[in-house]
Amino acid sequence: MSAQVRTIFFLVSAAGLAALFAWGFRDAPPLGDYRGPYGDVVTKVAVFERHATDVVNAINYDYRAFDTLGEEFILFTAVLGVLLLFRPQKGEGEEDKKQEQLEEKLPVSDTLRVGMEMMVGVMIVFGLYIAVHGQLTPGGGFQGGVILASAPLVVHLSGDVETFQRIVKSPLIKLAESGGAAGYAIIGVSALFFGAHFLTNIVPLGTTGDLFSSGTIAIISIVVGMEVTGGFLVLMQIYLEEIIAARKSS
Amino acid sequence: MRLLQWVILLLVALAAPGVALSRDPKQQVVTLSAYGLLCALMFFIFQAPDVALSQITIGAVMLPLMILLALTKMRHQDMRREQKQQKEKQGQ
Repeated sequence: MSAQVRTIFFLVSAAGLAALFAWGFRDAPPLGDYRGPYGDVVTKVAVFERHATDVVNAINYDYRAFDTLGEEFILFTAVLGVLLLFRPQKGEGEEDKKQEQLEEKLPVSDTLRVGMEMMVGVMIVFGLYIAVHGQLTPGGGFQGGVILASAPLVVHLSGDVETFQRIVKSPLIKLAESGGAAGYAIIGVSALFFGAHFLTNIVPLGTTGDLFSSGTIAIISIVVGMEVTGGFLVLMQIYLEEIIAARKSS
Repeated sequence: MRLLQWVILLLVALAAPGVALSRDPKQQVVTLSAYGLLCALMFFIFQAPDVALSQITIGAVMLPLMILLALTKMRHQDMRREQKQQKEKQGQ
């Protein structure tokens, strides 16, 4: 197929797709038009029922906590899958045992290094804030966890590879990942001992707007934060090992 | 607000072909990351700050990282294969 035929073929199918798109969107409701009753009810009721001012997280970690449990385990299995795919293959094993290290300092400019090092502290505080205030402000465990996990990446960008390696290889990371995944399930099961349904909010709700409020929503948010931080740092550890292996063979 | 919504929608619409049209995978990672940031901005403007927060970190940081990881792995395997072929040639 020549380039010209291909272009014509693309233009015809693109025009068809555009027409279908326009036809499909012709009767779409205008922006902000919401018809279902569920959202309206839950936004009115959530603050009083669950003492959580961030209704999104009241839904994620309470009303539909079971769905979020599934989503958390999607991440968990995804990390497991990457671990499995990037495991040392035949012939790679012997070389890895030598445990060669990357150069400890990368050549980066002072401006970049100082700027990045200043950012690390801010990122960690911000990540913790987002994870802990999940029930009060936008964010929550997932978002906070990913921010926390990108802090070591910034350390790597600032050229301090040694510290990055120390953080990423710490056994605490796998503990955080598996502990976080298990913690969610344990919170769910513990409701059964109080005679309630799986993942029922059994912890006292506290005062609306306080840091320690909304019962299990806040706890689940923190647990998810642990799992996400651990999961992403495990991915980064694999990344690091790949770089080491690539540098050695070049 | 209405104008801002149109501007961000236009920017996202322009950035998406940009990602598709950059041919070199390494360049594509950078454009994809910029596209992820624009998407996050779009979510924020359309009043979904929760989604925007996850989009910033997933779309602009973690997804490019995963692609870079896969590219490193592939380059590593290619180099290994070439070395093997060279060794075999020298052996003959």
